[in-house]
Amino acid sequence: MRELNIVVCIKPVPDSRYWDRLSLDPRTKTLRREGIPTVISPLDKNAIEEALRIREAHGGKVTVISMGPPNTTEVLAMAYALGVDDSVLLTDRAFAGADTLATACGLVSGIRKLGKVDLVLLGDQSLDGSTGQVGPQVAELLDIPSITHVDKIDFVDDDTIRARSRIELGYMVIEARLPCALAVVKEINQVRLTPVDGALWATEKTTKQWTATECAVDANTIGSKGSPTYVPEVANIQMQRKAEVLKGDPATIARQLIEKLKSAGVIEG
Amino acid sequence: MEIKDYKGVWVFVEQRDGKLLDVGIELLGAGRTLADKLGQELSAVVLGQGIAAQAKTLGGYGADVVYVAESPLFKVYNADAYSIQLADLVRQHKPAILLVGGTAIGMDLAPRVAAKVNTGLSAHSVGVDVDKDGCLLAKVPAFGGAVMASIACPRHRPQMATIPAGIFQRPAAKAGKQARVETVKVELDPKKVRTKTVEVFREELKSRPIEQSDIIVAGGYGVGGKENWKIVEELAAVLGAGVGATRPACDEGWAKLDEQMIGQSGKTVRPKLYIGMGISGMVHHLIGIKDSKVIVAINRDEKAPIMSSADYAIVGDFKEVVPALIAELKKGKK
Repeated sequence: MRELNIVVCIKPVPDSRYWDRLSLDPRTKTLRREGIPTVISPLDKNAIEEALRIREAHGGKVTVISMGPPNTTEVLAMAYALGVDDSVLLTDRAFAGADTLATACGLVSGIRKLGKVDLVLLGDQSLDGSTGQVGPQVAELLDIPSITHVDKIDFVDDDTIRARSRIELGYMVIEARLPCALAVVKEINQVRLTPVDGALWATEKTTKQWTATECAVDANTIGSKGSPTYVPEVANIQMQRKAEVLKGDPATIARQLIEKLKSAGVIEG
Repeated sequence: MEIKDYKGVWVFVEQRDGKLLDVGIELLGAGRTLADKLGQELSAVVLGQGIAAQAKTLGGYGADVVYVAESPLFKVYNADAYSIQLADLVRQHKPAILLVGGTAIGMDLAPRVAAKVNTGLSAHSVGVDVDKDGCLLAKVPAFGGAVMASIACPRHRPQMATIPAGIFQRPAAKAGKQARVETVKVELDPKKVRTKTVEVFREELKSRPIEQSDIIVAGGYGVGGKENWKIVEELAAVLGAGVGATRPACDEGWAKLDEQMIGQSGKTVRPKLYIGMGISGMVHHLIGIKDSKVIVAINRDEKAPIMSSADYAIVGDFKEVVPALIAELKKGKK
């Protein structure tokens, strides 16, 4: 078996346990996320786990790459604690405000700078945006084959993987030659608990921080400047109905409700 | 790129096992509305093999033009083959708008095409419209479903969006309406197809899909456990209803993600009656039920968001209310 260079793209997201504290800035239409902890997007953790398992089986190196403000290094430390070998943070105002295509462009500039890569792994969808677009777009821009919705990865030989891609009511089994990109779903594995020496490992490691200039990327292809889409309008959603309140004794509620549903003609009787 | 050179609304109509998917037909309905507003043509694009006869029928669903590309390479979905062909067609014919059904395959295909032709794509759109300048506005719930964002793509074409199944109603077929069929000459280099599909497995659907049920009983994270989930299922059994779930309930393993999850990234349902319990009412879920005729919510918290979106808001513990409902319904049956 030959050793593999594996890159995992991870997205820092606001911890969903605190989402009720998120609010929208009506002027900038961006999220106010002060005081809300940032974590690794859950499926990206599955991608890290899979990368570690592949490293354990084949040997090689796992590098995580992310994009965000300088304090994103705290999130990358969590990846170190899980056992990755190296981490890179793309951090530059020029990267900010990116849609999926501009995000993919930025990540690709960092991946190229890393040198030879055999496998790119990432979560199939992020916790917050949930578009699932960055994975296939990274692969397109790197011009390598890729498979999404992956819940199983096997090696056919040193240079060929076989992945199972989940589709509605079934799956497809797809083979691709390395280098390739795989977007994984939750079912692929159980993420390990942070090992006891992980925290120590994390303190010994530092994250490389690269600017857009260092990645030699065209500033017109990244950040808000490089984003084909923008958000002209954000509105609160109106889905109000009459909300007739029924409360009290369960038996009484049950009788009242059934009467109302019958007269509305939605149940028989 | 000249924006004004791009005209017309395109819908990618996916086929699986040689059958056109409903979501593609639903999007032709939505696309027709956009095309009429713009005063432009609506086209369907179909990739497959032996699919031409079915593709022709899309005229009856509103398509003015149907592009059919047939090749053994298109029989089963292949990311490279499909994205190269669709991107080539886009470059050649320059549509202003391209809508793709948000299936597992559509969500794989659309971002590749967008990257290939360097344009913007909005994911999981739950509405589409054009503004006064004729630009596409795709509505997407954002920030945990707290708000609805409009996504625009002003300087790139085509303007792309993926739209889940069930968001738009399937238009009725109009007899006699014919589309102009354009047979695409496929010149795809097989060497550019870098992945190989070695197996396709499809499970037979055991039960009726929930989106076809007249009554749906749904549960969320607040149901609290697998044991309590039986209460949800028992009420459904008494009512002859389908059982739906929110994403967190599926994540807990109480219900099946593929078959039962209702919401933006799951199914959209339009039953006569929807009864939800243990559901707080994130917009992601509410979007999937908003066209129900009657909505009943059972929640201990009168202020839970689902309560204001319901016709009847029952304040109480579902573990007490639902057994009472079941008893009352059984009484009525005797």
